[in-house]
Amino acid sequence: MTVAKPLPHDAALLHVTGQARYVDDIPAPVGTLHLAFGLSAVAHGRITGMDLDAVRAAPGVVAVLTAEDLPFANDVSPGAHDEPLLADGTVHYVGQPIFLVVAETHLAARKAARLGRITYEELPALLTIDQALAADSRFESGPRIWSRGDAAAAIAIAPRMIEGTMEIGGQEHFYLEGQAAFALPQENGDVVVQSSTQHPTEIQHKVAEALGLPMSGVRVEVRRMGGGFGGKESQGNALAVACAVAARATGRPCKMRYDRDDDMVITGKRHDFRISYRVGYDDQGRVQGIEFLHLVRCGWAMDLSLPVADRAMLHADNAYFLPHVRIESHRLRTNTQSATAFRGFGGPQGIVAVERVMDHIAHTLNRDPLEVRQANFYAPDGSQSTPYGMRVTDSIIGDLAARLAETSDYHARRRAVAEWNATNPVLKKGIALTPVKFGISFTLSHLNQAGALVHVYQDGSIHLNHGGTEMGQGLFQKVAQVAAAGFGVDISRVRISATDTGKVPNTSATAASSGSDLNGMAVKAAVDTIRQRLAEMLAQEHQCAPADVHFADDRVTVGGADYTFEEVIHRAYTQRISLSATGFYKTPDLSWDRIKGQGRPFFYFAYGAAVSEVVLDTLTGESRILRTDILHDVGASLNPALDIGQVEGGFVQGAGWLTTEELVWDDKGRLRTHAPSTYKIPACGDRPRVFNVALWDGPNRADTIYKSKAVGEPPFMHGISVLMALSDAVAACGPDYPALDGPATAERLLRAVRRQVGHEL
Amino acid sequence: MNITLRVNGESHDLDLDPRVSLLDALRHHLHLTGTKKGCDHGQCGACTVLLNGRRINACLTLACMHDGDDITTIEGIGADGLTPLQQAFIEHDGFQCGYCTPGQICSAVGMAEELRQGWPSHVTDDLTADPELTRDEIAERMSGNLCRCSCYPGIVNAIRQSLGEQA
Repeated sequence: MTVAKPLPHDAALLHVTGQARYVDDIPAPVGTLHLAFGLSAVAHGRITGMDLDAVRAAPGVVAVLTAEDLPFANDVSPGAHDEPLLADGTVHYVGQPIFLVVAETHLAARKAARLGRITYEELPALLTIDQALAADSRFESGPRIWSRGDAAAAIAIAPRMIEGTMEIGGQEHFYLEGQAAFALPQENGDVVVQSSTQHPTEIQHKVAEALGLPMSGVRVEVRRMGGGFGGKESQGNALAVACAVAARATGRPCKMRYDRDDDMVITGKRHDFRISYRVGYDDQGRVQGIEFLHLVRCGWAMDLSLPVADRAMLHADNAYFLPHVRIESHRLRTNTQSATAFRGFGGPQGIVAVERVMDHIAHTLNRDPLEVRQANFYAPDGSQSTPYGMRVTDSIIGDLAARLAETSDYHARRRAVAEWNATNPVLKKGIALTPVKFGISFTLSHLNQAGALVHVYQDGSIHLNHGGTEMGQGLFQKVAQVAAAGFGVDISRVRISATDTGKVPNTSATAASSGSDLNGMAVKAAVDTIRQRLAEMLAQEHQCAPADVHFADDRVTVGGADYTFEEVIHRAYTQRISLSATGFYKTPDLSWDRIKGQGRPFFYFAYGAAVSEVVLDTLTGESRILRTDILHDVGASLNPALDIGQVEGGFVQGAGWLTTEELVWDDKGRLRTHAPSTYKIPACGDRPRVFNVALWDGPNRADTIYKSKAVGEPPFMHGISVLMALSDAVAACGPDYPALDGPATAERLLRAVRRQVGHEL
Repeated sequence: MNITLRVNGESHDLDLDPRVSLLDALRHHLHLTGTKKGCDHGQCGACTVLLNGRRINACLTLACMHDGDDITTIEGIGADGLTPLQQAFIEHDGFQCGYCTPGQICSAVGMAEELRQGWPSHVTDDLTADPELTRDEIAERMSGNLCRCSCYPGIVNAIRQSLGEQA
C-alpha cells in the first residue's frame, strides 16, 4: 500500500530544480498590468482630501481607482462585511489601502502609489489592549464567558491560591512567498483568478461580489503557496479582488504582489493576548478551581477573530482536567492590522497560559513542574470532560509524556541542570517538558466538509483533484497516496492537479489542520465509487462477488484471472462504464454551541509532548536551545517523512513565536518591525543543537482516513517547552517566580534575570 | 544601458535601466523564475545565485554591475541530471513549501566552495585549520537563507550528506 510510506513531497523534483511555479512565476500574457495600493499614514482618521493627480500623471500609470470607482461590493472581509477593499471615508489603521494604482510595471505602480496626497482629520486611535478596554471598543456586545462548576468558590476553599498575568505577543506569518494574485478576463465578463490562497472558494465568492457576477462566473485556481500558516486564509482576498476589479476596468490581465514591507504592514498577524489567571490548588499541585481572563487584541476588523478567540478558550485546559473553571474572553477592537488566522488559531495562546499556570504552581510547591503537570493530566479512562463538556475519551497524554520523559532522560538531565546551575554563576540552564492536546475540526461545524474529483483515463492514468490547497504541508502527496492505495496502483500513476473551484466547488479553507482528514476521505469516497464499478464489471464476468475482486500492485485479480490495471480500465471504457467520480465527506458526530460554550466541537484530539533544554547567558540575556526531544501523535501516519517535517517545522516556528519574533508598534500605530531586518524569525543556526523527533505508534481511535491524525497545527505548541525551559533557567537566578512573558527576547530575559538578582533594568 | 549577462553558460544581451536589480533582470527580463523574491532586501536569501562561483543575494546587486560576469541560477544546477546535493534535498525532505529551496541550493553550492577554500565562520574554533564539516558549521553558514517552514534539520542533513559524498 502506498499509504504509510515516507514518500517525498509531490513536487520535490520541481522544487530542487527551480521549476515549481508560484503565482508570480506563471508567465504573464503580453499587456499584463501591475497593481499597488496607496496606504493610510494614520491609525484612525476621516479622509478630508485625496489629491491623486500626481499618481495619475506618473509614468506607466494606466488607471487609479478609489472606493467610488468600484462597480459593486467594496468588501474583502471573510464574513462580517466590515473590511472595504479601499477605504470609504475613514481609515482604521496605518497601512489600510485607500486607492489602487494600475500600471504597466510593478515598480511603476509602487512608485506612483507614493505620490498620493491624502489629508486626514485625525481621530483618537486605540492601539493597546488597555486603551480598547477603557473605551469598551470590542467585537460582540460583551465578553464571552464559559464556565463549569463554581470556580470562585473552589479557589476560595482550595489549600493554596496564586494569580498572575501573562503578555503573549503576536506573530508575523512571514510566508516566504508574499501575497500574490493574478486575474485574467474572460469572455462574457467572467474571470479566472490565480491566487496564493488557502481558501479558493472565498476568493471566488469575494471576486464574484466585487464584479456583480454569480460565483459560476469566477474560477479560482491554486497550484501551490510558498507558505501559508493561516496568513493566506483571508488576507489574499484584497489582492484577488483588486486584480479582478482592475481587469474589469481595463480589460487587461492584472497581477498584484505585495512587496515584503507592504505585506507586513497591510496584512493581519497572530492575535496578541493578555491572559490573567487565578487558580486554587492542593499540595500536590492539583487544580481545584481556575479562572482565566483573555484579553484579545483583534485589530480594526473582525476577520476570523471570534473563532480564534473561541479556540483560545477551547484550549484553556490543554491536557489538564480543570474541575471548576471560568473563562472570560474580550475581543477588543483596535486601530491596528486586523489580526487573523495563524497556525493554531488561538489555541497556542490558550495553551501557553495554562502551561504558565502549571509552571507557576510547581514553583510555589518547589516541585518538578512535570509532576504537577502529570497530577493534572486528563485520565485515560474517559471519565473526565473538558470545560465545554466534551468527554475526553482518547487521552494518551499520560503514557506519552511518561515515555518521552524516559526516552529523553528527562529526570537525570533535570538533576544535571540543577548541578550545573549550582556551580555556574553566569550561564544558567533550564529544562521543561510540556504537553499538547489539540482539538481537531473546524469549530464552525458546517465547514467540516470536503469534495473530490477523480478521473481515470483510457490509458490507466489517474487525474486527482480535491478542495484542499498545497502550501508545503504535503497534503497533495498524502491524498495522492490515498488514491493510489484505493486503486492498488503505484503513486506514479496519480497526477495531482491544481485546486480549482471549477472542479470541486464550495470548499472550506485548507486550515484547522483538517486538510488530509477531510480531503483524504473525500478522495477515498471517489476512488471507492470507481473501484466498485470496476469490481462489479469483473464480478459479473467471473460470476463472483465484487468483494472477490482485488486491486493490488498495479494489477487486478479475480478468481484465477490476473489483469493489468490498464486492461481493466480499457475493458471498462469499452463497456461504457463511467471512469469519473466525485467524492464527498463530512465529519460525523459534531455539535457545538459557541454562545453557551457547550458541546462536542472536535472529532478527536491530537496529542504530543516536548522536552527542551536551554542555556541562558545571564549577562546578556542571550539563549540557545541545546536539545529538544519530541514525541508526537499523528495516529497511523499517512506519510511519516512529511509528518516529521511538520512536527520539526511546527516546533521551530512555535519556538520563534515565544523567543525572537517580536512585533513592535510605535505610539502612532506604525508597525516598526516590517521587514526581516527588524523582525527575527528562526534561522538555521537557531534550531536545537540536538533534535530528536519521534512519532507515537498508536492509531487514531476515531474513524479517520487510514486512522491517521491531523498534524499541521498541534506541533506548533511544542515551542512552549522552550519558553518554560527559559523560565526554568531564569528561576535558577533567584528566589522569585520569573513570570516570563512571550516572546522571551534577549531584552526580556535580561530584565527577568535582573529582577531575580534585585537589579531592575 | 546595454550589458551582456552570461547566465548558466549562455550569453544574453540586455538593454536595462541601470536601476534594475540582478534579481529583476533574471526574473522579468530573462524569465528565469527559479530565483525567488522573498524580501527584496537581502535578508531572506531566497534570491541567492552564484556570481563567478560565489553566492550573492541577487536582489542586492544591480544587473548593470555584472556585465560579462558568469551567473549560475538554480536552472543551471543539475540541468543535465540532479546533482548529489539536489538528490539529498529530496531524500532528507529539505523543504516543505519549496519557495526558499532554489536559494538554499545555490547557497549550499557556494558554501561548499568556501569550506573547500578553508574560510572560517563565526563558529569555527581554529581560524587556521580547515573547518570541520559539523552541523553547527553548516547551520551557521546557511543562516542567511531563511526557511519559514523550518526544514532546517533536513537542509543540514542534506548538505552534510552531499559534501560527504564529494569528500
